[in-house]
Amino acid sequence: MTEQRTRRIDVPVLARVEGEGALEVTIRDGRIAHLALRIFEPPRLFERFLVGHHYSELPDLVARICGICPVAYQMSALDAIERLFAPDRQSPPARWVQRMRRLFYCGEWMQSHALHIHLLAAPDFLGFDSAPAMAARYGAELRRGLALQALGNRIISLFGARSVHPVGARAGGFRRAPSLQQAGALAAQAEQAVPAAEDLVRWTAALPLPAHPQQFNCVSLRHPAEYPMIGERIVAESGLDISVDDFEDHITEFQVPHSTALHALLEGKPYLVGPLARLNLNLDRLHPGVKALLAELDIEFPSHDMYHSIVARAVEILQALLEAREILADYAPQEPAHIDLQPRAGIARGASEAPRGLLWHRYDLDSAGIIAHARIVPPTSQNQPRIEADLADALVGVGLDEDEATLRHAGEMVIRNYDPCISCATHFLRLTLDR
Amino acid sequence: MTMPPKPPAIGARRPRLAVHKFSSCDGCQLSLLNAGESLLALAERVDIVHFAEAGIVDEHAEADIALVEGSISTPEEQTRIQAVRSRSRWILSIGACATAGGPQALRNLGDSADWIASVYRRPDWISALPASSAIGAHVPVELELPGCPVSTEQVLAALTSLLAGAAPLTEQDKVCLECKRRGQVCVLVTKGEPCLGPVTVTGCGALCPGLGRDCYGCYGPAENPEVATLAERFGDLGLDAHAVARRFMYQQSGAQPFHRAARDWRQRARPAAPPAPGAESGAAPGPQPDGSTDSHD
Repeated sequence: MTEQRTRRIDVPVLARVEGEGALEVTIRDGRIAHLALRIFEPPRLFERFLVGHHYSELPDLVARICGICPVAYQMSALDAIERLFAPDRQSPPARWVQRMRRLFYCGEWMQSHALHIHLLAAPDFLGFDSAPAMAARYGAELRRGLALQALGNRIISLFGARSVHPVGARAGGFRRAPSLQQAGALAAQAEQAVPAAEDLVRWTAALPLPAHPQQFNCVSLRHPAEYPMIGERIVAESGLDISVDDFEDHITEFQVPHSTALHALLEGKPYLVGPLARLNLNLDRLHPGVKALLAELDIEFPSHDMYHSIVARAVEILQALLEAREILADYAPQEPAHIDLQPRAGIARGASEAPRGLLWHRYDLDSAGIIAHARIVPPTSQNQPRIEADLADALVGVGLDEDEATLRHAGEMVIRNYDPCISCATHFLRLTLDR
Repeated sequence: MTMPPKPPAIGARRPRLAVHKFSSCDGCQLSLLNAGESLLALAERVDIVHFAEAGIVDEHAEADIALVEGSISTPEEQTRIQAVRSRSRWILSIGACATAGGPQALRNLGDSADWIASVYRRPDWISALPASSAIGAHVPVELELPGCPVSTEQVLAALTSLLAGAAPLTEQDKVCLECKRRGQVCVLVTKGEPCLGPVTVTGCGALCPGLGRDCYGCYGPAENPEVATLAERFGDLGLDAHAVARRFMYQQSGAQPFHRAARDWRQRARPAAPPAPGAESGAAPGPQPDGSTDSHD
């Protein structure tokens, strides 16, 4: 019989996550009595101050929700607006814009995933506290990762002039098309980077990852032909297959006292969004080059082991790079670099796949294009109940009698698998259904 | 701007660098995390004592140089910045949040308590100050690097100067001058775009006019900016009063000259235009939010 006792584990500042979070666990009589991923990032009330702004101002405003994934915020917002205004999306200029947005977004996936793998996650698996500490022993691997991150940033800058809060996206397309020369230079760099991205996939698959398969429901966007990035339908392993417009009918958010980020549930249950969920649901949409490489790995996808998230990120870097290479290789500028839109009043809903997962936006517009109401559901809010469930399970698996440092480290590793962007998730608190 | 004091004298030991985060999007810390080789080189020249996002956590460590990202928007942050000040010889505020309150300072123009109450089902679970303000409004700051975001070049140049024992240079020119240097066509004159270049400090490289679009002032006001005159010009271009106000309501609305323009033009819009749907009606612009946001000179 276990001795009656209470232990409390606090990790006051979580390292290597974006934003401010902490983990609280209370263990009583050998069981978890309380577990909370505390998010105390101050609310910035973005949804509130977007009200009264014009839709054309959205790209320069919503980018600031997240410094790591500003492109995602711009793309979800523009997808929402354009789904409402309904321009002809099949016209050649519109198709050019879609293709260039895909390239722009590939850059963000590459930089964000490379940042997470090398600076945030890999030290866990290799036994270091930080990436700089890892540099002496794994210098070549770190530099390979930083080079992929830098290439992603250059792709964003091709359209946006800078990689953090880029300034080139606008409603209808882009401010200016890159020159043939700029695109050509990047095309060559993308071509050269392919072996590095392939090696990265193999390297992540060979990391000493813990094994911890679990049950969870994956949710992502789904595109008729492509790996999902912007718009189309929302699907889940549980069988859900809905329009982006019907998101609010199935997913509910609620406030909890220990977090300034809302928690979200699908049909009342936790679910997973992000690279592993996307990959599991869209294996048939991968580039042939990625499929071939996956076949040689020892890891089977779909996978329900969250530790395979780091591999999924590397796979998506390769996917994004191969797509970027092809778009850049047959690039031709278009002037103007945008299509004209006819604004109208109504509810604009749109979604895209941020590096961390499904990012859903809604804007209620009046006939002048002024925002009357905004709602943004970021991936970390959606993952939060799943993270807490995973934590409870993982800590029990490690053994609640383990010393505090071991439990703390295990908890941090679990959280980092989700690459939570706490800065994003905390700016969306709003009045929700009373229950 | 006053002359910054002498850089911290660092003896034989390696200089200690801390990176602290307050209310922000994390984008300014990326100036280091995106620095690639330079980040690794920096890590060899200094002891990074606290940089949570890079995995180094020791909030209470003493630092020679503290980079501070984010604005002060909660009571906890008010206390924490005092502690950071007491343990840091030099504070560099980086980015629009730290130097002017950031986009979240837009709530300073509204009725913040009302906003929070309308947004939260349980506002009692939330701890937030009525206004979002600059680091310099709470503690003395040795140097401010503006921008949303600051660039890797700005931050590395400032750190390099400090590590060499010299006070860093700060930009004083307006974006307009940068456009002229680069031979970029003026979007205000040739296209009638409501460009904030004439009143905005450079440091960005005049990126927006470089793409043929209007600057939206993310680096904040330059010295002696003629904001009122420029705002009148925007009115002449055909922008209604709401639209003129919104030109100053991106990331730098907490900076005094932009704050004043946004407030004045919103007031000007009030009698004529009906309130924006569900929005501006509750936001009483009074003298009260104004006084609390004098972030820096």
